[in-house]
Amino acid sequence: MKAGGALSIWFFIGLSLLVNGGLILGYGLYELTRRPEHPVVLYQLHANIWWGAVLFLFGAIYCYHFAPGRRSVTGH
Amino acid sequence: MNLALIILTGNQLVHLTSVDLVIIVFYFVLVLAIGLYLKQRANTSDDFFLAGREMTAWVAGLAFLSANLGSLELMGWAGNAYKYGILAAHWYWIGAIPAMLFLALVMMPFYHICRTHSVPGYLKLRFGEGSRALSAISFAFMTVLMSGINMYAMAVVMRVVLGWNIHFSIMVSSITVAIYVALGGLRSAIFNEVLQFFLIWAGALLIPILGLVEAGGWSGLKARILQNLTEQHVANPGAYTHLWSTLGDFGNNPMGINWVGIVFGLGAVISMGYWTTDFLVVQRVLAAKDLRSAKLAPIIGAAFKMMVPFIVILPGLLGLALLRDPNTGHLLRLVPGDLAWSDAGQAQGLHGYDEVLPLMLARYCGPGLLGLGITALIAGFMSGMAGNVSAFATVWTYDIYGALIDKNASDESKVRMGRWCTLLGVAVSIGTAYLVMQSQSIMDYVQQLFSFFIAPLFGTVLLGMLWKRATPAGGFWGLFAGTASSVGMWAWVKLNPGAVKYVALSLRAQDQAQNMFRALWCWLICVLVTVGVSLVTKPKPDAELTGLVYGLTAIPHEEQVSVFHRPIFWAVVVAIVFVILNIIFW
Repeated sequence: MKAGGALSIWFFIGLSLLVNGGLILGYGLYELTRRPEHPVVLYQLHANIWWGAVLFLFGAIYCYHFAPGRRSVTGH
Repeated sequence: MNLALIILTGNQLVHLTSVDLVIIVFYFVLVLAIGLYLKQRANTSDDFFLAGREMTAWVAGLAFLSANLGSLELMGWAGNAYKYGILAAHWYWIGAIPAMLFLALVMMPFYHICRTHSVPGYLKLRFGEGSRALSAISFAFMTVLMSGINMYAMAVVMRVVLGWNIHFSIMVSSITVAIYVALGGLRSAIFNEVLQFFLIWAGALLIPILGLVEAGGWSGLKARILQNLTEQHVANPGAYTHLWSTLGDFGNNPMGINWVGIVFGLGAVISMGYWTTDFLVVQRVLAAKDLRSAKLAPIIGAAFKMMVPFIVILPGLLGLALLRDPNTGHLLRLVPGDLAWSDAGQAQGLHGYDEVLPLMLARYCGPGLLGLGITALIAGFMSGMAGNVSAFATVWTYDIYGALIDKNASDESKVRMGRWCTLLGVAVSIGTAYLVMQSQSIMDYVQQLFSFFIAPLFGTVLLGMLWKRATPAGGFWGLFAGTASSVGMWAWVKLNPGAVKYVALSLRAQDQAQNMFRALWCWLICVLVTVGVSLVTKPKPDAELTGLVYGLTAIPHEEQVSVFHRPIFWAVVVAIVFVILNIIFW
C-alpha cells in the first residue's frame, strides 16, 4: 500500500469479486464430485460454477488493471 | 456455550455452510481494512465530511445510488412487489428517475457552486439561520432514529432468515460501522457503498435469471401469476403485471391508488424531495470533484436505478408465481410481517412478505452463492447505517455544533467532533434499536414521519433555487407549515381512520397511497405559505443571492468535451429508456 492512499476503490472491488468468485467456483467444482443431499432448484444448471467463474474473471481483471503498481493515484 | 450457539437461536429460513461463513467473515475483514487504510486520508474537515471533494462521477454516482439501496429497501420492495405486483416498480422508475435527472441538470449547479457542506447549509445561505436550524435539527434527530430502527429491523430479519441472535447482529454490525466511518469519514462510507453495490448485483442477479428460466420467461411468469392468483380468488389478478393500465380508478389495483397519486404524489413530490434534498443521498454527490462530475453522478445513479427492479421487483413477482410449500406442494401464500413474525405465526411456519427475497435466494443459491447473497444483504444494511451516521455527523458538526454552539471551531476540532459524532450516532442508534424492541409501534410512526419531513423541504429548497423573490421569512414559515401539516394529517388519520377519504381521496387507499397524497398536500401548503409570506416580507438584495438562485448565478460552461461526455446527452438517453420501459410494462 502506498502512503497517501494510492489504492483504488476498484482494486478493493476486484479483490472482493476475486475471492468470492474463487470460493463459489471452488465449491461448485467440489459439488460436482459430491452431489448435495438437498440440491437447490435448477441445481443441474450448476450456477455456482459459471457464476463463480464470471465473478472470479471480473475480479482478476479489476485487480490487474487497478493494481497498486500500475496506476499512481486512482483512489477515487 | 460455544460461539455458534450464542449466534444461532431457534428456527431459520436458510442454513449457512462453512464456505458461506468464510465469505461473510471476509466481507467484515475487508471493510475494516478499508477503514484503517483510509484513516490516513481523513485529516481535514473537507476530507472527513466530503471525501476531499475529489470523487469521480462513477464513484459518486454509485455511492449516491447505494446509499439508498440498503437491504431493508431490497427486501421491503421485493415484499411490496409480492403484495402489490409490478406497481412497486413505480418507486424505481417514475419515483426516482425524473427526480435524479432534475437534481443533475437543475439543482446540482447551485449546490456545487455555493460550496455548501450540507442541505441545511444551503438553507442558511439562502434563507438564514432559522431555516437551517429547523431543517438540521429535524434531520439529525430523525436520521439517528431511522438508523436505529433500520438496525433493529435488520436484526429481526437476521433472526428470521439466519437464526442469528438479535443482540449479536446489532452489536457486530454497529461496531464495524462505527469503526470504519470514524476512521475514514465519508470516503470510507463511500468506498463501502460502492463495494456494496457490486456485492448486491453479484449476490442477487442470479435470482431473476434462474427464476425466469424456471418460469418460462416473462410471458410464462405472467401466466403463472394469473393462474395462482385466480386459484386464490384474488380480485383483479391481471393488475399485478401492469404498471399503468389499472391506475384509472382506485379500486382497479392492489394498492388502492390512482394515477394522480403516482404521478403527482410520488413522482413530483416524494421522489423529488427525497432525491434532491435528503442529505443522506445528496452528500454523496457533493463529494464530486467538479461540476461536470457532480451533474453526471446522479445520471449514472439513475441509469442503474432503472435496472434495480430486475433484482428487486422481479424476485417478488417470481415469488407470486413459483413459491410452493416444500412439504405439501401447495401454493405458498406470504402474509404481513407482524403476523408472520409473531409467536403464533412462527408456530404455523408462516412467512412475511419481506421474506420473499431470502426465500428466492434459498431456492436457487447453494453454498457459496447463498453466503454471497447474505453478505450482500448485510453489506446493504451496514452501508445504509454508515450513510445515516456520516450524514448525521456532518449536519451535527456544521449546522448545529458549528452554527449554534461553537461558531469559531477550528478545522481540526471539526474533524474530532465528526469522529465523536459518528460514535455518538451509532450509540444513539443502538439505543433506538432497543427502544423499538420495547415498542414496535415506534417503528411505524417514525418511518412515516421521516418520509414527510422531506416533502416540504423540497418545496423550500426548490423555491429558494428558482425564485429570487422568496424571502428568509417565507422560507422558514413555509418549511414550518409544510412539516406541521404533514404531521397533522398523519395524526388526523391515526386518530380518525375515516379521515383517509379526505387526505387520500378514497377510503380504499392503502398505506402507500396515503403517503403519496399526504406528501402532495404538505408540499402544496409549504409552497403556498412560502409564496404568501414572501410577497409581504422584504426580500434579500440580489447581491446576497449570487451563486444561490437561478437568474443570479452564472453557471460555468462545461469544458470543451465531446457529446458523449456531456451530462445532458446521457440524461436524454436515460429519459428515453425510462419512457420505453414504462410503455413496455404499461
